[in-house]
Amino acid sequence: MLQKVFGRQPLGAVFAAPYAVFLVLVFAYPLGLAVWISFHDYFFAAPGAVVERPFVGLANYRTVLGDPDVRRSFVNVAIFLVINVPLTVGLSIVLATALNSVARLRTFLRVSYYVPYVTASVALVAVWLFLFSSGGLVNQVLGPLAPDPSWLVNAGLAMPVIAVFVTWKSLGFFILLYLAALQGVSGDLYDAASVDGASPVRRFWHVTVPGVRSATTLVVILATITGANLFTEPYLLTNGGGPDGASTSPVFVMYQKGIEQGNPDVASAIGVVLVLLVLTISLVNRKLLERD
Amino acid sequence: MRRYLSMTALLVGALVFLFPFYYMVVGSLQESPDTTVRGALPLGGWTLDNYAAINGRVDLVRSLLNSAIFTGGVMLGTVVFGVLAGYALARLHFRGRGTLFAVMLLVQIVPFQLLIIPIYVMVVRYYGLADSYLGMIAPFAINSTAVFIFRQFFLQLPDDLFAAAQLDGASELRILWSIALPLVRPALLTAMLLTFIGPWNEFLWPFLVTKDTELQPLAVTLANYISNIAGRAANPFGAILAGAVVLAAPAVALFVAFQRRFTDLNLGSGVKG
Repeated sequence: MLQKVFGRQPLGAVFAAPYAVFLVLVFAYPLGLAVWISFHDYFFAAPGAVVERPFVGLANYRTVLGDPDVRRSFVNVAIFLVINVPLTVGLSIVLATALNSVARLRTFLRVSYYVPYVTASVALVAVWLFLFSSGGLVNQVLGPLAPDPSWLVNAGLAMPVIAVFVTWKSLGFFILLYLAALQGVSGDLYDAASVDGASPVRRFWHVTVPGVRSATTLVVILATITGANLFTEPYLLTNGGGPDGASTSPVFVMYQKGIEQGNPDVASAIGVVLVLLVLTISLVNRKLLERD
Repeated sequence: MRRYLSMTALLVGALVFLFPFYYMVVGSLQESPDTTVRGALPLGGWTLDNYAAINGRVDLVRSLLNSAIFTGGVMLGTVVFGVLAGYALARLHFRGRGTLFAVMLLVQIVPFQLLIIPIYVMVVRYYGLADSYLGMIAPFAINSTAVFIFRQFFLQLPDDLFAAAQLDGASELRILWSIALPLVRPALLTAMLLTFIGPWNEFLWPFLVTKDTELQPLAVTLANYISNIAGRAANPFGAILAGAVVLAAPAVALFVAFQRRFTDLNLGSGVKG
């Protein structure tokens, strides 16, 4: 009887139950709740208070799509992705290939590239604030070439600085993915290419790059997701998405509208739009992922 | 020739990557910050005052303790319930296993940040868990990436082992405890190190859920210090950098001490769908 309901090994259901409940509580239910809130006139009320929250159809979505702040934040993320994704893919594939080929100082080199990944954003933002402040080291080195206004308060440079910061911070993880993928590229292909007289650069383009294509798909997806998640950097590095909203992100706008201004319905609609975008990107690449 | 070229490029790159860490430590030990190029290699003016200054502005010990409780709670939840789930997903046939596995993968694609509004509504409004450790820990209580890694390691164990134990009449719980767990102990450590990084470095969620400074982890108190009160300190960057060193040090130290476990781990299988 027990086996009929729960399968061949009912104990498995018992072992997995806490995790299943956890996923329902922090993933499935909130996802449903986000959708529900986004279709209603929702506001915060005291715990336990019974309040009316009328259905408003697509009104919140219309508000979101018509809001210049929200549109600005999506444009900002697009700028972020245009800089961050090619930089991340290019640097991590080249660095992983180079790291794979050297035997000396292996530990030192890998630790150097991974360590920003394991460090808290808040701590790293602190140093970047110092480095990129108007009288900071970066401008001192640049001298007369220093941008005016300075990096973090310059509308044209704030988002690119954030994109470079995130590239630096997360590159170690992507190098790790590429190093794993490189182990799967057959050495015979390199030997064959060498015999044919291919230069190292040609070998890189014609053997390495196609050989790690599935990893590239994964890196592009994960880097895009990171972009959809930006919060700490606009909040701290550019002092709240400044200057004048030039470096806001959708999650930052969600925080402002949902929690600071008390419009969780509008904020939820932003969240739903973002989830749909992220899922679409991932589904487009699903076939490539399943091949692994 | 080509070897030397890539070695040189790698070394230069590594120094560029490490420089902000060096600059963080040096800046935190300087009496007054010198942002000139020469100031990057200071010869004197060393002091520990910045650490005293940041400790005077925010309660460092209390914040570190809060970070430790938050991180410890997540690690405990992950090691107990995550291991059970990973084992069930890898070794036991039960109804709903495929669905659970699919949802676990989906969770890794839809990031937590996008669900902060409904989770905030649930934790703070439904359950009244604002300003509590439980509210801080709950959304992170079981790390899905760790569950995935546990599953991978249990899958790699030979089938014969389990068949033999079952023939001997060992219960599932006993097989997990006495046979499977001891075999995957090194993997457990790796997954726990990976789990540590998440809550220790997390900013957004504890920032939203704690308004009481007595409960805020260090990432939050330091961020608040940076955005609110830094202007009033005598040497604001010195104090900020001292706080940054304290926040970064535990994760960096653990990483360096156990770096082999990170670098040898085939993370590719940990995140591939």
